[in-house]
Amino acid sequence: MTESTTRSTADSTTFEPADPTADLPVAAIEDRIGAFLEAKTKATWEREVDLFASGAVSSLFAMELVVFVESTFGIAVEGPDLALDNFRTLRSMSALVIRLRGGGDDA
Amino acid sequence: MTGNGRAPRLAVFGAGVMGVGIATLAVARGVAVTLVDVDRARLDTARARLRHELRLAQMMGALSPGGAIGDLRLADAATAAADATWVIEAVTELAGLKADVHKEIAAVVAPGTLRVTNTSSIPVDELAGQVPSPEDLVGIHFMNPPYLIGTLEIVRGPRTGERAMSAVRDLLSTLDRRGIVVGDGPGFVTSRLLHRMINDAANLVEEGRASVEDVDALMEGCLGHPTGPLRTADLIGIDNLVDSLWVLHERTGDEGCRPGELLLRKVAEGEHGRKTGRGFYRYGAS
Repeated sequence: MTESTTRSTADSTTFEPADPTADLPVAAIEDRIGAFLEAKTKATWEREVDLFASGAVSSLFAMELVVFVESTFGIAVEGPDLALDNFRTLRSMSALVIRLRGGGDDA
Repeated sequence: MTGNGRAPRLAVFGAGVMGVGIATLAVARGVAVTLVDVDRARLDTARARLRHELRLAQMMGALSPGGAIGDLRLADAATAAADATWVIEAVTELAGLKADVHKEIAAVVAPGTLRVTNTSSIPVDELAGQVPSPEDLVGIHFMNPPYLIGTLEIVRGPRTGERAMSAVRDLLSTLDRRGIVVGDGPGFVTSRLLHRMINDAANLVEEGRASVEDVDALMEGCLGHPTGPLRTADLIGIDNLVDSLWVLHERTGDEGCRPGELLLRKVAEGEHGRKTGRGFYRYGAS
């Protein structure tokens, strides 16, 4: 989703990349993505809510989300992982981040 | 690349938002593309922009089931399009520029090759009057992004021939798009309806009657518009929208198509929409 130019609260919000070697708990990952979503949509998001089914964000926002997650957590989302289902909820995004950072059970 | 049964190749002129979007659609369907732009700087970033759009196409399930991606060739001269099966011109919405590019295209392609002008507003017959073999010229109005929006306008000008219409059907079948044939004239169907509405939506904001978000929320929530007119303006590109509004205004005299102050200010300030990171809304990671 997008942020109107008539509001500027997100101007001051900065998103620093996470240390790629640090061990990030699920809650920290979800909080960080949640803050980004909140800045973009002016709404808070429960961890299991489907962003795209909600109608609050467009499919074009999906790529903004991918780029944010990649740059923030130092991962590259490629191949079959590049699927909308991995970005539907905060929970599915944190699961993807943990797996691609090498903490998953398929590593 | 030559000889019997050679694979089709689409040449796209113009590596701006629409040209790269159309090229993305084609390679996503496994079709080889030659993308031509005389602006070396724009050409240099084209491959990366196309890759980014392909990722979105993949994410939204818009790649062809087989998964083969078409070859992409970049070129800075029209001669690279000599072996094209079809040509789509997608340069800036300026009638004179389009005519110049089409003369170059007609000079290099094989006789009878389909030549498409991708335009949101400029009547096909205006262009047809300035180029050789106008029977091979057809208008298509692709929507942005072309790989996610399955329907488009096909504009048959009075001089367009049946061979060209048949070639357009082949092309759209290959690209898996649904084309609806409409008559020629400024803005065709979609821009004549939409651009005027977007202009008025911006005027309402300028007058202070409603905020950007509220205009969009009303059009979405009350009238079922999928994205709202002002978010749509950001997707079209406000600079392109203003160009098209002038095309409509000059040809119809309709004052409702004279671009409003807010749109003109956004263009002057470089707030062109999604492609510049800012228009009526903001985009990107900040």
